Amino acid sequence: MNLEVRGVPHEAVIGIECHVELKTQTKMFCGCRNVFGGEPNTNVCPVCLGMPGALPVPSRLAIELVVKAGLAFGAEIPAFSKFDRKNYFYPDMPKNYQISQYDMPFTSGGTVPFWLADGTQCGIKLTRIHLEEDTGKSMHAGSADGRLSGSTHSLVDFNRAGVPLMECVSEPDMRSAVEAVGYLEALKRTFVALGISDVKMEEGSLRCDANVSIRPAGASEYGTKTEIKNMNSFRSVQRAIDHELARQVEVLSNGDRIVQETRGWDEAGSTTHVQRSKEQAHDYRYFPDPDLVPIEFSPDVLERLRSELGELPQTRLDRLIGNDKLSVAQAHQLVDTPGLADYYDAATGASGAPQATLNFVLGELSRLANESGIAVGASRVTPQALAELVSLTEKNAINSKTAKDLLGRLWTDGGSPTEIVTSEELGQVSDVGAIDALVSEVIASQPKSAEDFKNGKDIVMKFLVGQVMKASRGKADPVLAEERLRAMIGAKN
Amino acid sequence: MSDLLDATAREIARAVAERKVSALEMAEAAIARVHARDGAVGAFLTRTEDLAREQARRVDARLADGETLPLAGVPVALKDNMCLSETRTTCASRILEHWIAPYTGTAVQRLLRAGALPVGKANLDEFAMGSSCENSALGVTRNPWDLGRVPGGSSGGSVAAVASGMATIALGSDTGGSIREPAAFCGVVGFKPTYGRVSRYGLIAFASSLDQIGPITKTIEDAALVYEAIAGVDPMDATTVARSVETVLDGLREDLRGLRVGIVREFDLAKLEPDVRAVYEQAYRDLERLGAELVEVSLPTADYGVATYYLIAPAECSSNLARFDGMRYGLRVEQADVGATYEATRAAGFGDEVKRRILIGTHALSSGYYDAYYVRAQKARTLIARDFEKAFAACDVIACPAASSAAFEFNAKSDPVSMYLMDYYTIPMSLAGVPSLSVPCGYVTPAGARGPLPLGLELTTPLFTERALLGIAHAYERGTQHGKHHAPPSLESAL
Repeated sequence: MNLEVRGVPHEAVIGIECHVELKTQTKMFCGCRNVFGGEPNTNVCPVCLGMPGALPVPSRLAIELVVKAGLAFGAEIPAFSKFDRKNYFYPDMPKNYQISQYDMPFTSGGTVPFWLADGTQCGIKLTRIHLEEDTGKSMHAGSADGRLSGSTHSLVDFNRAGVPLMECVSEPDMRSAVEAVGYLEALKRTFVALGISDVKMEEGSLRCDANVSIRPAGASEYGTKTEIKNMNSFRSVQRAIDHELARQVEVLSNGDRIVQETRGWDEAGSTTHVQRSKEQAHDYRYFPDPDLVPIEFSPDVLERLRSELGELPQTRLDRLIGNDKLSVAQAHQLVDTPGLADYYDAATGASGAPQATLNFVLGELSRLANESGIAVGASRVTPQALAELVSLTEKNAINSKTAKDLLGRLWTDGGSPTEIVTSEELGQVSDVGAIDALVSEVIASQPKSAEDFKNGKDIVMKFLVGQVMKASRGKADPVLAEERLRAMIGAKN
Repeated sequence: MSDLLDATAREIARAVAERKVSALEMAEAAIARVHARDGAVGAFLTRTEDLAREQARRVDARLADGETLPLAGVPVALKDNMCLSETRTTCASRILEHWIAPYTGTAVQRLLRAGALPVGKANLDEFAMGSSCENSALGVTRNPWDLGRVPGGSSGGSVAAVASGMATIALGSDTGGSIREPAAFCGVVGFKPTYGRVSRYGLIAFASSLDQIGPITKTIEDAALVYEAIAGVDPMDATTVARSVETVLDGLREDLRGLRVGIVREFDLAKLEPDVRAVYEQAYRDLERLGAELVEVSLPTADYGVATYYLIAPAECSSNLARFDGMRYGLRVEQADVGATYEATRAAGFGDEVKRRILIGTHALSSGYYDAYYVRAQKARTLIARDFEKAFAACDVIACPAASSAAFEFNAKSDPVSMYLMDYYTIPMSLAGVPSLSVPCGYVTPAGARGPLPLGLELTTPLFTERALLGIAHAYERGTQHGKHHAPPSLESAL
């Protein structure tokens, strides 16, 4: 995106804050189940309803997931951390304070690395990741559009209240909407791979706000920023940021000032509108929550969590792109489809042919998976079977048509391709004598086509090859068949 | 039965266990006693007669099944800031006047499991904020020793219930002295265990880092019995301490030989009225007579206790009480929008003292003042705790007055600060988290009093040394016999 204000080139400065609901069995501070939806106010207890006298007890798992997220991005994990209360009144907040973390988050610093589609490598610095509890949800009734304005009353559902929520804050390191989306996709990829979150924007398990400003290219000071909220997909993040950048360019081009404010993205109208100006900012009166004791991490615990990380998605992407020479898009498709990269790695390890294996995995196998709704990794085609199939095609022992058919059979029935090829004599016919016999047969049975070809109608060759394949029950080497057809029809002259 | 009501919890539990009397008979006797006496005393905000009978039947059945219940058939009064399922739980506040608790708190649950019979929910200063019980929005509790005087606070209803024989034991909560000061005023034992010993789950919070539930009883032995029943780590309260609770009943001593009792230099008895001073001087001599060596110790920061406390406790309460907004439960004064409803609800629902503390606490936490007030108060708290550590290097137990006077008349302390100073002797211990109790130590008869009024000796030991503390207090109690429960004279004449 070209940002220019009165002939002066500008650059975008973007920071992202996102809230990620953690994938734990229970809520953050009580034993209620952590599940999406349900009849309003059925998945609640005295603790998450903020009943008088109820006390929070933190979920160890939730804390460990946050630490893992930090470790995955090389963040620093302070030995000592604590929970604080963020005080403000809102009807969907049961206690009128939110248990959060203020000055001692579980992780600080770190970098989120990722690849852009054009092959650029990025690294966005993290400020911190901290843990807090989610609020309930307000619904407004009696107004035409479900908004607060014009409503007659409001209803609150506390099923979501107390769900563990991880807040990731980035440095203002991003320079385009594309980078912002790349950053979010990298977070999602990592959190899904580590079992930290489902990261479903449509269910609100990932919510993000973007801080957007522009400044003359190369300047060191920041321009006035606006905060964009209400973006409910990665696509709307990209559109909203691009829209806001264009709006800021226009404001400055008109000689006006950018006002620091919160703006909501309106997906339908493809525009943003003011939600809150800075003057209404809160004093949250943070202080350490006296109901919770400070948390200390021993080196042993950190070591265990580190060892549980396994190969990180980004490390894998680097390997696929760097070693296996996959394109960024191919590598992302493998890594971002659950189980697919593992499957690819296993099959490639056995076949030793990355590109041919990749073609099957992203091609026919992915097609079968989409059609059937069964993941490739869960199908009856084992990585070993695929590797055999790859080897058979690489050795020219079967042709591509046979390979495709065979894969279809393996998908439904399983089994070993080598055994099937042997027992059913599906091996490719590459013997010139045998092919010539088939070719003679076809020329004899299709004299008109042979004549047409001879008279320069090259297009019928495809048909003739098809007839040879048919006569061979699909086993003829199609390249050799064409070669022999051309030779033998021509030879008749 | 009514004779047994004047016995100790230990004696009642034994009689019930031996089937000399049934738990149900104890319940009926206690209910009748409450009917006869509570009109004059006003200890209870809610009587839980049906619950007492129901619980008594369960206790009798469990005993018949061969269970051993340490508090079988013992009538208990519960301070009304403790949740008891399906029972009105008010904190003596308009804002919770009609709130029915949906669950039972841990300490209460443990008492019920031990066989105690809940006779009622006892009055308190609203949200436990006060030292006379006069801040209750829902009722007046009178001191059984002189019905023209306050019972002390905030656990005023709980101590009055025990002192007037309507309950054998009670649970109170102590944030800055709310068990110990009223226990002294009403001539009973009031015991605040180490912070973290007793679960706060189900105790409606005033100041979370200070609140602690403890027993109010006629004897130290009963306090030990109740403590053993309620103490211990609770998975529902992250601030309970995961160390095992020592048995205390078998640690009760008969003398004080070999012990050093610390007398605090800064707590100068000369500041007290001469008759009060004489009682404490005698108390110290009695400790010596029982074999202890008196040593002088210093708590140089103790003078800052009240100021420190009145920043930390209001700061926490300003946040703890934010949930009372009329949205989910409790009083709701409906207005045109949410903000106005919050304001009208809280204006009508909270009393002056509660509002005062919410305002002080909100200010102390606000941006620009936080470091000057809240952070400094936390530092002062650390220094006070360190003073106790140093003092305990030179002594085994600290002895001092539990309050600077006997119970005063209603409306005697009209300005808030003079009321705050009532907790001068109890607040430092709360800030340090150490176990501390008040045990009867003598009587004074100030001008205008209708008879003798009790005073309490405050005994304090290091963190997690409840066994030593109760042992020492037991020896003092045995050696002086001040608490030998003669019924308060003014109550008898009033009945």
